[in-house]
Amino acid sequence: MTQSDLVREAISGTRPGFDSRQHLANARKQAVERNYADILIVDADAHHYENDSLGEIAKYIEDPVIRHRAQGTDKYGKAQSLSMEYNQNQSVAGRIVRYPKRRQEVGDPGVPRDVSIVRRQMESIGIDYQVQFPTPMLHLGMHPDPQIETALSWAYTRWLTEEILPHDDRIMTLVYLPFTDPDASLRAVETFGSRPGVVGFMVTGARYKAVHDNAYMKVYRAIEERDLPIAFHASSYPHERMFEGMNKFLSAHALGFTFYNMVHLTNCVINGLPERFPSLKWIWMESGLAWIPFMMQRLDNEYSMRTSEAPLLKMKPSEYMRRNFYYTTQPIEDGNLEALELTMRMVNAESQLLFASDYPHWDFNLPSTIYDLPFLSMDAKRNILGENARRIFHLETT
Amino acid sequence: MTDVFVARAEEFDGDARLAVEHGPIQILVFRHAGRFYAFENRCAHSGGPVAEGTVLGRVEAVLGPDMTCLGERFSTDELHLVCPWHGWEYDLETGEYAGDRSVRINRFDVVERDGAVYVRA
Ligand code: FES
Repeated sequence: MTQSDLVREAISGTRPGFDSRQHLANARKQAVERNYADILIVDADAHHYENDSLGEIAKYIEDPVIRHRAQGTDKYGKAQSLSMEYNQNQSVAGRIVRYPKRRQEVGDPGVPRDVSIVRRQMESIGIDYQVQFPTPMLHLGMHPDPQIETALSWAYTRWLTEEILPHDDRIMTLVYLPFTDPDASLRAVETFGSRPGVVGFMVTGARYKAVHDNAYMKVYRAIEERDLPIAFHASSYPHERMFEGMNKFLSAHALGFTFYNMVHLTNCVINGLPERFPSLKWIWMESGLAWIPFMMQRLDNEYSMRTSEAPLLKMKPSEYMRRNFYYTTQPIEDGNLEALELTMRMVNAESQLLFASDYPHWDFNLPSTIYDLPFLSMDAKRNILGENARRIFHLETT
Repeated sequence: MTDVFVARAEEFDGDARLAVEHGPIQILVFRHAGRFYAFENRCAHSGGPVAEGTVLGRVEAVLGPDMTCLGERFSTDELHLVCPWHGWEYDLETGEYAGDRSVRINRFDVVERDGAVYVRA
């Protein structure tokens, strides 16, 4: 077989079979070696492929025209007529085999396939509770028709909370807010906020509307009243004007997954949202950690000379960033452990950091990325791996 | 050093990768372009099943004499074993990680004797 045949085989997924347990057998070994059974491990950010279930989801779309449109296909015949289409290369051309092969995985009888697969992944990695998010829907914040984000996120959350989460109380979600539409976001908070398995709310990062827009205040108020967190889950947008010259997935992803969260965090803190909603917990998700010291230094420096432009602030931006804000660990930048140690000190990692795997996406992390760090105490590891999440998500663990 | 029996040579059919447990480690043996290779099935990055990964040539950039980039091509000299978890690439001959040659995975010699395949571990 030639090289190109091997690559083609991987891309097309024609190598037979796929099973998450087999793919993650080495993760299972790590979990046993490190005795994760004795530690609460909460994964604050993992994903499933809701596009595999679009047929089930579409029945909950309220608008009949959009519901009808959901039954169509894209130009390649895939059932994704509502989605945005990007030329992406998460799998590094099939080298990361989960992408081409995952559709071959067969679920267990009696439960939806997603429940089977998520359980296998959790049990292999050693995760006790997992927050699940969709995958292609993460791009909807840039959809040219804002009705699509509103309609699809509503249907998705109905399906998730009515057909998936009831099967297993270890699987949870932060409700996708159609943030382009503040009224629809408020409706989602009020409708889904107290459903079992809902432990907060999520806004996807790639979007342009400013998070301090007055239209959002009622949404933040409603979330704060429920004592639940709001997370800004990073996403990228390859057609972002500034990214259009980036010829590699690596480049656009490295910047894109921090860029939008940098914009939203800056607007959030400089406009004093933590002062206006002092009990609200903000989680900055899937941007890694290396950007945070940069933001703290940069914003503190500019604020020191221009306090008049941030009249609501009573302390430096960095102080809000380590008090009101929480961060998820993935994708952890651990190439320089001294830099990582300093970063963890700067963000008060012991109380503000939440472990996240992002599994099954290409740059996922295992709990060992935290457990094996030489500079963290065992208490700090326990907090990051699960105890901080237990507190923020109000988990009633046994 | 001991020779650990893996399988009869004829069992290495096509893309077959055969595993042998040696103490606490798992070694995967496979044949590529007529040669046998054996690696511990544990990636230096995060412990992934690296020896199950795809084998393909290192991607090289092709530069013109004026330093313009003329495109990219697969190397025919340097083959890589790619970890299926996150894509770390290792030199098939040395086990060195392509992103930092000081990092490597465990690679074992393979010997074929009387139609049987052994790893020297
Ligand atoms: S574990 Fe091999 S690339 Fe990450």
